[in-house]
Amino acid sequence: MYEKTLTQLAAALKSGEFSSRELTAHYLQRIEKADGKLNSFISVTAEQALKQAEIADNARAAGTAGPLAGIPLALKDIFCTRDVKTSCGSKMLDNFIAPYNATVVEKLHAAGTISLGKTNMDEFAMGSSNENSFYGPVKNPWDLTAVPGGSSGGSAAAVAAGLVPAAMGTDTGGSIRQPAAFCGITGLKPTYGRVSRFGIIAYASSLDQAGPMARSAEDCAHLLGVIAGHDGRDSTSVARGVPDYVESLNAPLSGLKIGLPKEYFGDGLAPDVEKAVREAVKVYESLGATVREVSLPHTHYAIPAYYVIAPAEASSNLSRYDGVRFGHRCDNPSDLIDLYTRSRAEGFGEEVKRRILIGTHTLSEGFFDAYYTKAQQVRRLIRQDFLDAFEDVDVLMGPASPTPAFDLGAKKDPVSMYLQDIYTIAVNLAGIPGISVPAGFVGGRPVGLQILGTHFAEAQLLNVAHQFQQATDWHLQRPAFAEEYA
Amino acid sequence: MQWETVIGLEVHVQLATRSKIFSGASTAFGAEPNTQACAVDLGLPGVLPVLNEQAVAMAVQFGLAVHADIAEVSVFDRKNYFYPDLPKGYQTSQMYHPIVGPGDVEITLEDGSTKRIRIHHAHLEEDAGKSLHEDFHGMTGIDLNRAGTPLLEIVSEPDMRSAKEAAAYLKAIHSIVTYLGISDGNMAEGSMRCDVNVSVRPKGQEAFGTRAEIKNVNSFRFVERAIAFEVERQIELIEDGGSVIQETRLFDPERDETRSMRTKEEANDYRYFPCPDLLPVVLDQAYLDHLRSQLPELPADKRERFQNELGLSAYDANVISASRDMAEFFEVVHSVCGDAKQAANWVQGELSGALNRESLSIANSPISARQLGELISRVLDDTISGKAAKDVFQALWNGQGESADEVIEAKGLKQVTDTGAIEAMIDQVIAESPAQVAQYRDSEPEKRGKMIGYFVGQVMKASRGTANPQQVNGLLKEKLDALL
Repeated sequence: MYEKTLTQLAAALKSGEFSSRELTAHYLQRIEKADGKLNSFISVTAEQALKQAEIADNARAAGTAGPLAGIPLALKDIFCTRDVKTSCGSKMLDNFIAPYNATVVEKLHAAGTISLGKTNMDEFAMGSSNENSFYGPVKNPWDLTAVPGGSSGGSAAAVAAGLVPAAMGTDTGGSIRQPAAFCGITGLKPTYGRVSRFGIIAYASSLDQAGPMARSAEDCAHLLGVIAGHDGRDSTSVARGVPDYVESLNAPLSGLKIGLPKEYFGDGLAPDVEKAVREAVKVYESLGATVREVSLPHTHYAIPAYYVIAPAEASSNLSRYDGVRFGHRCDNPSDLIDLYTRSRAEGFGEEVKRRILIGTHTLSEGFFDAYYTKAQQVRRLIRQDFLDAFEDVDVLMGPASPTPAFDLGAKKDPVSMYLQDIYTIAVNLAGIPGISVPAGFVGGRPVGLQILGTHFAEAQLLNVAHQFQQATDWHLQRPAFAEEYA
Repeated sequence: MQWETVIGLEVHVQLATRSKIFSGASTAFGAEPNTQACAVDLGLPGVLPVLNEQAVAMAVQFGLAVHADIAEVSVFDRKNYFYPDLPKGYQTSQMYHPIVGPGDVEITLEDGSTKRIRIHHAHLEEDAGKSLHEDFHGMTGIDLNRAGTPLLEIVSEPDMRSAKEAAAYLKAIHSIVTYLGISDGNMAEGSMRCDVNVSVRPKGQEAFGTRAEIKNVNSFRFVERAIAFEVERQIELIEDGGSVIQETRLFDPERDETRSMRTKEEANDYRYFPCPDLLPVVLDQAYLDHLRSQLPELPADKRERFQNELGLSAYDANVISASRDMAEFFEVVHSVCGDAKQAANWVQGELSGALNRESLSIANSPISARQLGELISRVLDDTISGKAAKDVFQALWNGQGESADEVIEAKGLKQVTDTGAIEAMIDQVIAESPAQVAQYRDSEPEKRGKMIGYFVGQVMKASRGTANPQQVNGLLKEKLDALL
């Protein structure tokens, strides 16, 4: 069953080929067998999943099941779930159970999907390799010595290994697209405001966005249709109708205008990755698209601007973890300052502390204008770059990451890690949507093609990605791990 | 040396919304600790604020009432600091783009003179919770019921020059917010608190002296006392060769003094930045026009109308217009009895006295404005005497009767003005008091005036107080003099 895409599974459930209970048990068994090696889950909720599966089967029998009823999914451990621990990959929240569900979780429940558990991630979504988790690093199923990418590394690895048909991730600077690329799956970061952030533990509020990670663009289209939409509990979610993302998947691409940002093909890009991406672009040309080079002149400012804005917001967002009301509290605090400093020193990992320090510094009196205000100006310029480019072309294409998945422990220097996100970060600063689709392999490790569209162009991105997947089979490749270990 | 005091006030007004500024939790006062704090108020992970539109409308109403510019776009910022009763580790406030811009308020001083105090701006923010240091054996309890309660912080320019002016300003703000109904103005429950900035400078000097900020002063009286102490402290300090340092001080009403809390060097760096979870508040002209059309008549306008149209004294007009409840009570009394001066006298005299004795607010007065108005009418049309009116008032206060007329009827207090009836009573008293009549007759004419009091008393007694005293007086004099 695990060979099937979510779309195929939905059809099989509908036709009665197997029940949701059988399907759920199948995946739970695979997790049980394989996840000791991958470490892609923080919590597995087998009992609840089987119970939900039964409800879905009953709904199916009663004729009240929706199209995705009974489909097992996994949630990045950043989505708050009632009655199940939500750790955000941190010791700080190792004891935290939210009294509410994230809006995304509620919508998925309402659609009848089943949660198998919560996936591993970089602590508070800060990282590009999933090595920053309190629960240990996640391995890449294509090569267990490689990282799966981050921060949604657990979701990406689990989907790639066939431990779950699809999973939910979040993307603040590339955290859906880069692990999707590293693990050879399809991951969509929607427009900022397309999906409610309510119940998603905040890293950088003006950049965070949730999205689906699955085997194909078609799978992502099904899931985005469920989770997108305005939410009265999130003021930054946009009141705008949700189109039928599946319906438009098969629109022909003849006449599609593709832009290749020259800044995305410069120094630092691994030649083999560039080759794979250019091959993919050729496929589009064969489908009737035209290609031209464009420029996003402020691209090289994206990482510095991001590493001012995101840590600034994070330093404030993470102030609530103070050992007073929930989360980790140090033993025997001698006074209030001791309670604060030891609880936070013990509860947060290195990278989180680093970003809190950066953010606290950049917001400080005397530095605010030089850093924060300037970074916001840069952010506007970056956004304008994209808007200008979309005057001339329909979509932009380039690599999702400068290299394929690197080895575990290979990037010791934080700045070299930050540079991993060079092609993904500007997208969050601009608020536009982006999708990463599998486009080949380099040394046995997957390469991702990133496709970008203008605000709320998800239907178009999914259409463009789907047509590529109709013409290629990169997305159907499975790591040997999927068969060997599970 | 002659010193001049310079005062500016930051007044925090708790807005009377039903729910909190960023969550649906109730704002009611006095509930069990932490029973009115939802996930948003607790600052749990993943939750988001959603702005309460009512709080915005109230802030705008205040702005319109003080002739302020209302910002077309205002923005919420985060003020970051750690404190156990601040659940998120930041307070959501408005630092750079407040909703209410510059405006002004007219204050009335005790001598009836007025002065204009400029308002620098007013901004919306959320309140913090409360730390409870008692009852926890060396630990501190946290009650987050108040966390997220909407506040409007009104920041004045340093335009006040005395403790009296500061108190008058605070009263003016109090009366505006209660008129608008945007706050209950209950200072004892913390619905209005203020921080007082005080400095002194030699008279005639233009530059301001170094100021001290006195935090959380929560009554009109304390504001005056805190300023009086602080001014004296600063003058003494300077005259002794020292200098005032910029610091935050606390007023201790028990000891009647201010004490240093922290100096400027120890002050927090709040790292303000725009809150990314909230959109800018954008207001259009139609919205402002709508709210403007809903504004009630404000205290200053009422005061002017009471003085100019109803002929009240400046003092009466000021006292009565200060509270919307009192002003509206007065207006009903006046409309029923038709005599503004009498209405003002009764409301400020008999009624206020009775309310004060029983610690009741005018809104909870046992005697209604209509009842009082009718009572005054009966005095004005001579149905009852002024003395009987006080008995009727007391009876109505005690709930002995629905209306003045009912009480007058039941108690037989209707004034007797029928000359024949009064004459009959006088004749009887004269007949029954031969000794006093003889004494009257034998007295020097200039002493007789005094002696007539005895006869008036007897007649009033005989009439059980219902005889019209002026009539009794006149007729007695005629009859006694006829006996001479």
